Amino acid sequence: MILVVLISILFFGGVLAWLSEGLDSKFPRVIALTAVVIDLLVMLTLLGADAGDSGWIVQLNAQWMPRFGISFHLAADGLSVLMMVLTAFLGAVAIGSAWDEITEKTGFFYFNLLWTLAGVIGVFTALDLFLFFFFWEVMLIPMYFIIAIWGHENKNYAAMKFFIFTQVTGMLMLISILALAYFHYVQFGWFSFDYVDLLKVNTSSAIEMWIMLGFFVAFSTKLPSFPFHSWLPDAHSQAPTAGSVILAGVLLKTGAYGLIRFAIPLFPEASMTFAPFAMTLAVISILYCAKVAFAQTDIKRLIAYTSVSHMGFVLLGIYAWNEQALQGAVMTMLAHGLSAAALFMLAGGLQHRIHTRDMDHMGGFWAKVPRLSFVALFFSVAALGMPGLGNFVGEFLALLGAFKANIGLTVAAAFGLIFASVYSLWVIQKVFHGAYRNSDFDDSHLADLSRREMFYFGAMMIGLIWMGMYPQSFLDLSAGTITQLLNETGQVLFAVGQ
Amino acid sequence: MTMTFDDLLPLMPLLIVTATSVLAMLMIGVRRSYIVTASITITGLLAATLVAISMMDSTNQQITPLLIIDQYSLLFTVLVCASAMLIAILSFSYFFELDDHKEEFFLLLTIATIGAIVMVSSNHFVSTVLGLETLSMSLYGMIAYPMHSKQSAKYPLEASVKYLVLSAAASGFILFGMALIYAQTGTLSFASLTDLPMAADSLGDRYSIIALLMITAGMAFKLSLAPFHMWTPDVYEGSPIPATAYLATIGKAAMFVVLLRFIRVSDALSFDSMVTALTLVAAASMLVGNLLALLQDNLKRILAYSSIAHMGYLLLALVASHYATGTLAVEAVTFYLIAYVITSLGAFGVASVISSSEKEFDSIKDYRGLFWRNPWLASIFIAMLLSLAGIPLTVGFIGKFYIFLAGVESDLWMLLAVLVLGSGIGLYYYLRIVYRMLMTEKHKIPYRVGGVESVSAYGVLAILLFLLLLFGVYPAPIMSLVAAASAFI
Repeated sequence: MILVVLISILFFGGVLAWLSEGLDSKFPRVIALTAVVIDLLVMLTLLGADAGDSGWIVQLNAQWMPRFGISFHLAADGLSVLMMVLTAFLGAVAIGSAWDEITEKTGFFYFNLLWTLAGVIGVFTALDLFLFFFFWEVMLIPMYFIIAIWGHENKNYAAMKFFIFTQVTGMLMLISILALAYFHYVQFGWFSFDYVDLLKVNTSSAIEMWIMLGFFVAFSTKLPSFPFHSWLPDAHSQAPTAGSVILAGVLLKTGAYGLIRFAIPLFPEASMTFAPFAMTLAVISILYCAKVAFAQTDIKRLIAYTSVSHMGFVLLGIYAWNEQALQGAVMTMLAHGLSAAALFMLAGGLQHRIHTRDMDHMGGFWAKVPRLSFVALFFSVAALGMPGLGNFVGEFLALLGAFKANIGLTVAAAFGLIFASVYSLWVIQKVFHGAYRNSDFDDSHLADLSRREMFYFGAMMIGLIWMGMYPQSFLDLSAGTITQLLNETGQVLFAVGQ
Repeated sequence: MTMTFDDLLPLMPLLIVTATSVLAMLMIGVRRSYIVTASITITGLLAATLVAISMMDSTNQQITPLLIIDQYSLLFTVLVCASAMLIAILSFSYFFELDDHKEEFFLLLTIATIGAIVMVSSNHFVSTVLGLETLSMSLYGMIAYPMHSKQSAKYPLEASVKYLVLSAAASGFILFGMALIYAQTGTLSFASLTDLPMAADSLGDRYSIIALLMITAGMAFKLSLAPFHMWTPDVYEGSPIPATAYLATIGKAAMFVVLLRFIRVSDALSFDSMVTALTLVAAASMLVGNLLALLQDNLKRILAYSSIAHMGYLLLALVASHYATGTLAVEAVTFYLIAYVITSLGAFGVASVISSSEKEFDSIKDYRGLFWRNPWLASIFIAMLLSLAGIPLTVGFIGKFYIFLAGVESDLWMLLAVLVLGSGIGLYYYLRIVYRMLMTEKHKIPYRVGGVESVSAYGVLAILLFLLLLFGVYPAPIMSLVAAASAFI
């Protein structure tokens, strides 16, 4: 029940925020923040709770469409709760970043923001594959509105591209879901879309591979991984700051979550056959997108490409499919969620102040805005994998686990860490060091970070330092889920090996 | 063959609608009153809807060899009558300012509905033709209705004549095919079709295939399936919006029910060439409809092309019904038709409430900034467009889900691939309209400011939005209804 409450608070909070705009254009943001903070507090009570025998901390199962065995099945385990907390935390941060930036049509903006978050929480908790797909699509539409209405100069193109990419690959996943449900029908005589039931379906390996690919394409588009990544730089550079925060911090993680929860456990055999290809795609993402990032002059596009590069470590870790690699993938998801969100907020903040994203026009900002520059330096070194911060732990564990699975690809992937240092430091050098010149833009609004901004950047810094210094506290939360998933697939693979 | 009183009872919906048309005609003869004629029509259609709903559980009867009144035909009788009623309400405000006699439009609409009810209840070629021609004849009049309006910028007469000529040719095809079948079996009942000679290389075999293909081609014309779709955009564009809505929803749904019964009863898909033909038509419709819609700037033309694509999706499920063991594919067709009718009515309804017979707003430029000017109306329109695109929370998604499931069950992977491709292209032109509505207004577009007469039209949109969300979020009741009805096919 508590999961329904969490989602409803966001749904109804969104409606309320929209309606309240009629009274005062400042009400929506207050209502939105209240809703998200309440959600966050409720979620914290679930954090670290004991999963019990069923493996789920909380669970709700109600009939929805009995004709096809579709149920309204929500459940959360350690991994889901961790992802939900990340979602709500970044949701609150996103509202903070939109606080002054969004001045037009505020009601509808916060409505969309909250509905996106509600959809994401649905994705992280749905255990019925129909319901999962339902939420998967529901989170798209409000995001489309956020980019299409409050975006920048080329918003129509970016929003359309984002929508079509995710929707078309989503349809492929729908076909796969239906095929799986139909196999269940053939084997057991009744339709079911329930995760637990579908785990028991045996499929012939030729078909299994095709069905698995349907899932993989949808998830790796969202992740995104090479070659389905091209929507991301457009979407990020055009989205308003809050949109970028949600997109980079949360939406991308749904792709990784889908791979861990559904794609591999449902098709362990096909996934293990496919793993070398997936890991190769991951390595290409890491290296190629790092290279492309280095060639950008638009600061938001640059951060977008680095996102693809870092998410490559997640993909690598997932398909290595052992405990360390998965722990690393989850840790990278959390740490990258914070660091990428922070970097997008800094880029958005700069754009808000000087109305350009072009780095060729920037330089020497350290003297002008020291606090902003320091924060940017902090998150850049976090992103490049400085030991002591969360990203390092995640990427190190992912590489350590992947080393057991595939040495060659892991060695190649490790070069990504070096490239990350190159482009990160290059950005810092270019934007914050050197001589200050203001001939290219109007710097009358170039103010340093306000106290509100320092507050949420501070919170994110603490998060990253905590992850880096005491990672065990996070690893413990997802460990239960990961060992259970590994056991289940291990049994299937063992049976096949026999 | 004598008819008893017991035979008349199951025909109640049909009789009520017929009585309504007679009453409306007499009323016009006595005294012309727009509001009275409209009220008679709407009340009559509502009564027919309610009676049909009340009969649905218990009635299953063949009335004369011509009509079958079972749960399936009653389900569509309800759909037809209810949609006709909603269109009548929309046309009341649309034609309010027409500079001509306005009352006869309702007469035509009621008579067309009689034709549609006969079609959905028909399992005999004679009743099919009777119903089809009653429907089409009335539609010619409805399409040309505002032709005397001086300010009408559109070409209702051109659209009507175009539809008349091409539709008559298509009817000719259907009739010729029926004649060929009659030449072999000696009866005109659908059930006799199973007696068709199927042995390879016999003369009868080839006759049968030609006959079936001609009937299918004629029906495909009425359904505007590619490559018989050429008339669709012109007729849609030239007609007044309520007539377009009628043609697009009731006209298509009734025809598809006939096609479904005809194909299922005759087992026509046991001919391989029929399967090939329908597969090609389905694939061509999905691609042609979606690709050509990309090039349009007129809302009615976009919806015309998108309807071609949607008919292609339906045909996929029809082909699937041949391979599937259960009734799932028939359920898919049924549910998708219901979803399509609700959604199309909503989309045309939005265009209708801001337009009038004197000035239609049907260019997508006219919708710029609608979201900020009239958020409720724009939200309804966005919901309808997303439903056409098959996005969750809407009934259109559940419809797509059915079609996908039917396709997967029957292993129609090629058609499914075309469906994914077509839907992907489709997103682009639906989102284009959505984006227009989200842009900021440049100058105020002079929509019709509705008086009291358009309050009910907004009510219609509210009902449609409610149904769209209800069937999209909690479809279990309608699913079991559709499953029960589909067992009769």
